[in-house]
Amino acid sequence: MSAEFIIGHYNYWIIVILMMAGLYVVLARGNLVKKLVGLNVFQTSVFLLYITIGKVHGGTAPIEIKGAYDVVYSNPLPHVLILTAIVVGVSTLAVGLALVVRVRETYGTIEEDELVEADLVAEFGEAGKT
Amino acid sequence: MLDFVTEHLPALQVVVPLIAAPVILLYQKEAFAWGWALLTTWTTFALSGLLVHEVFSQEFISYDLGGWAPPLGIEYRVDAANALVIAIVAGIAALVTTYARKSIQAEVQGRNQPFFYVLLLLCVSGLIGVAITGDAFNLFVFLEISSLSTYTMVALGGRRDRRAYTAAIRYLITGTIGATFYVIGVGLLYMVTGTLNMADLAVSIAGMDNNTTVQAAFAFIVIGLGLKVAIFPLHLWLPNAYTYAPSVVTIFLAATSTKVAVYALMRFLFTVFGIRFDFELDSLAFLFLPLAIMGMFIPSIVAAFQVDVKRLLAYSSVAQIGYMLLGISLATSASLTATSIHLFNHALMKAALFMALGAVMLRLKSTIIDDLAGIGKTMPWTTAGFALGGLSLIGVPLTVGFVSKWLLIQASFASQQPWLAGLIVVSSLIAVVYVWRVVEVAYFSPVPEGRVRQEAPLSMLIPMWVLVAANIYFGIDTDITIRLASLAAEALLGGAP
Amino acid sequence: MIDAQTAFLAAFIIPAIGAVLIALTGKSPNLRETVTLITAIILFADILIVFHGYLAGDVSEIIVLEIIPSIPIAFEIEPLGMIFATLASGLWILNSIYSIGYMRGNNEENQTRFYVCFAIAIGSTVAIAFAANMFTLFVFYEVLTLSTYPLVAHKETEEARRGARVYFGILISTSIGFLLVAVVWTWIVSGTLDFELRGILSGKIDEPLLPLLLALYMFGIGKAALMPFHRWLPNAMVAPTPVSALLHAVAVVKAGVFTVLKVTVYIFGVDFLSTTGASQWLMWLAAFTILASSLIAMTKDNLKARLAYSTISQLSYITLGAALATSMGIIGGALHIVMHAFGKITLFMCAGAIYVAHHKTEISDMKGLGRVMPWTFGAFLVGALSIIGLPPLGGAWSKFALMIAAADTGQLVMMGVLMVSSVLNVAYLLPIVFRGFFQPLPEGGGATSLNDGKLHEAPLFCIIPPVLTAFGCLLLFIYADPIRIFIALMLE
Repeated sequence: MSAEFIIGHYNYWIIVILMMAGLYVVLARGNLVKKLVGLNVFQTSVFLLYITIGKVHGGTAPIEIKGAYDVVYSNPLPHVLILTAIVVGVSTLAVGLALVVRVRETYGTIEEDELVEADLVAEFGEAGKT
Repeated sequence: MLDFVTEHLPALQVVVPLIAAPVILLYQKEAFAWGWALLTTWTTFALSGLLVHEVFSQEFISYDLGGWAPPLGIEYRVDAANALVIAIVAGIAALVTTYARKSIQAEVQGRNQPFFYVLLLLCVSGLIGVAITGDAFNLFVFLEISSLSTYTMVALGGRRDRRAYTAAIRYLITGTIGATFYVIGVGLLYMVTGTLNMADLAVSIAGMDNNTTVQAAFAFIVIGLGLKVAIFPLHLWLPNAYTYAPSVVTIFLAATSTKVAVYALMRFLFTVFGIRFDFELDSLAFLFLPLAIMGMFIPSIVAAFQVDVKRLLAYSSVAQIGYMLLGISLATSASLTATSIHLFNHALMKAALFMALGAVMLRLKSTIIDDLAGIGKTMPWTTAGFALGGLSLIGVPLTVGFVSKWLLIQASFASQQPWLAGLIVVSSLIAVVYVWRVVEVAYFSPVPEGRVRQEAPLSMLIPMWVLVAANIYFGIDTDITIRLASLAAEALLGGAP
Repeated sequence: MIDAQTAFLAAFIIPAIGAVLIALTGKSPNLRETVTLITAIILFADILIVFHGYLAGDVSEIIVLEIIPSIPIAFEIEPLGMIFATLASGLWILNSIYSIGYMRGNNEENQTRFYVCFAIAIGSTVAIAFAANMFTLFVFYEVLTLSTYPLVAHKETEEARRGARVYFGILISTSIGFLLVAVVWTWIVSGTLDFELRGILSGKIDEPLLPLLLALYMFGIGKAALMPFHRWLPNAMVAPTPVSALLHAVAVVKAGVFTVLKVTVYIFGVDFLSTTGASQWLMWLAAFTILASSLIAMTKDNLKARLAYSTISQLSYITLGAALATSMGIIGGALHIVMHAFGKITLFMCAGAIYVAHHKTEISDMKGLGRVMPWTFGAFLVGALSIIGLPPLGGAWSKFALMIAAADTGQLVMMGVLMVSSVLNVAYLLPIVFRGFFQPLPEGGGATSLNDGKLHEAPLFCIIPPVLTAFGCLLLFIYADPIRIFIALMLE
């Protein structure tokens, strides 16, 4: 793997790092809000991936220039797609946060391990305590 | 008018419930919400009937959304495979809405009741959209419409049991990761081909067996959809979500949402990538097949030890997905016919079973197995419905379960893998164990002191028995279902030799 | 008089209508039991019309519908099925009379469920008898299992539930686990499941695999109670005695061995089996089952348990006849279906009569009862002698035919097995009768038995049927030859 390859694909490296960081937070953090933050970082990396795809070398913004025929435009489609995906991401976050509020109201905590313990205690009494 | 309907049939299928949903928000009364949802779902069901009818007469229907021609525009493409799935979703939605009112009144907080119907309609629209669309990115959007409404519907169970909230949030996290994986896969495919139209993708990636980007896309898409399907080790979100959601939601989800995801998976495996894709053949043989077999056994065994019948059936659903996956992994036209018909049949049996449980929940406020003692006498019709649904799940002759099982066994013999037939029958014997535990308690345990005969209301019994009757009818007269399923298999394998 | 073809169709509808009517009239016991009896009588009359029509050649196949493409649910008549259907429906009348006496005598609960399930069970037995292909047979075989489960679990006690669980567990697992696989396999290799005279497998399957397929069939037919899948039958004895009598001596177990005969003759083909020798192992296993279960029977003190093990042993006579793979063996097996049915139903009905009158189930408690229940014990003696195979009773002929078949094939060991088994039959059946007649009543006359201070015979409803079937054993000795000739038609 040459240095040129690594540098030439720097945008992908950023995406991969963001993606892994986001996924790691989702899996490793017990706090539900942090999990949702991680989820959002993870989704954002995908937005970047799409936007990266849309870039055409030497291309300009995809707004038609009247009378010019040899202009190279960037591909607008991924941007449009990602606009939709952003909306989806925001809605997911909203639903997720609403659920977290509910969890906090009923359990009094949003830490995963405490939630698990509360459920076990509810089901098996004191024996469920870890 | 009729011309308009036929011409725009595919679009109406999605748009009708989608537009109908917000109307409820304008007038948030429970009675109106229910009535409106009832009207909408039955209309959708009627439309899906027309669609199936159309598909029988012509190979497929292509509909350009907004008049933009594919591959640039979004294409709705209906063939036998998704017509079948759409019919399942629309039919179950109509029956579930009919059934829902009493159960929702009992299980969901008063002011939230109208919202349930909004969510249900959105979910129906999303699921039908996933099935109908011919565009890979559009599929993601519909997938998220249905998923977001599902998370919320699961959380509605929080009034009865607060664990619904944690179940919903876990489902949300897993579901979002799955959907995002799927989008990554689609993005990678777009990088290689520059198109999002499935039919177009299939043509473009043919012969790209060794392209690592395509292989990565394959992996992302399979895992992403696998999470939605709840393929065996990716199923952890499912049991809790099904157990703590309101009964009506469980019925609807169990019968439709995983089915739609299975369809999407098949569409990608067989239509987009195609079985000539070497990488796929290997993953079918070395990944899907073992997972299918594990899925047939491990969740079944877990199910046999559950004390909550709702949870028991949830695990059984995971096990049933194992059968569908088995059919997928054999990748022959016979095995895909078996999987397609099992999609339909399993929707019938699980919907009937969960409807019976919903009625039990309404009357007894519990679905713990010991609390069900003697319901054979206090709720005879409900229990009989459950027993018949259970027999169908086991795969007793004259029920739909038997037809599925027969076709699947036949497909494994035809693929020269008779040992699979052995595994199928052994795993269905585990189903005997867990179904019979319930039936025995229900019929042959004494009725507890002081419990009087209190059958479920007719509004619940009728939809339940319609499904039970369907379980038997389609177990005897299989002409339509087998024909549709084999057309579906052909449609899925369309490009294959 | 309706024509035979209509009657053939009606044979499947009558029990169904009967079941519905019984369910509807459940609130009034008298009406319900009248409906049961009338249904039984109409069904028997109907089957006789079919029989008559069949002899005249007026009955043709009925194809109901296709569940799986190109495999229909269809019904057709052949001699063995005709005999079996006549037998089951005829004995149902006697058994219904007996049931009424027994169930009322014991004040059993849930009687409506009992009669409904009974009607469905008989209906599926008739459907099994007339099945035109293996698929149809399989379907109704399962219906029979399901409809008899509530009968076994009838008492709803922990013991009954446990027994029923074993019953259902073994029957359903063998049938789904082995039989279904065997059926699909047969269909894949031969492309048909129709019963055909020379079999449908000849030349279509690798010969080394043949014993394996046969094993899947034979163990799959759990109702034939071949060891080691026999344990459901003793467990089924928790059921009320009418169930044990008609279902677990006639309908269910005979459906099992009937299927064994059908499979050997019409799926494998007798010639194909004898030339390949694929059934050799089955012969030895059947012989083992005959002897082993006879020995176990001797150790049982509970009368119904002893009779159950005796049934297991007798069923293997029929399997043995099939495994010999000669026409004489098949005829012997088929005859034994009829002969054993009459003998064993008599024995069970007597056992039930003793229970109704004195609530006794253990053989050691039955000393001297023969003196107060002469009719019951007399009938028991006749039934026992028929099972043992002594002339002038029907059982003699079927054993004789099986012996000849064993001799014809040079299987002298099998002849020996049959003889030893007859001796064992004597050893476990006759002491019951001797104890009843020749040992004195214990002091106080058996304290549990008295309602009015006197020992008494069982109610009339419980005595007439066994006496009639005992008489039937006698008639069968005289009229065995027409039956044999008729059955022989199945091989031509």
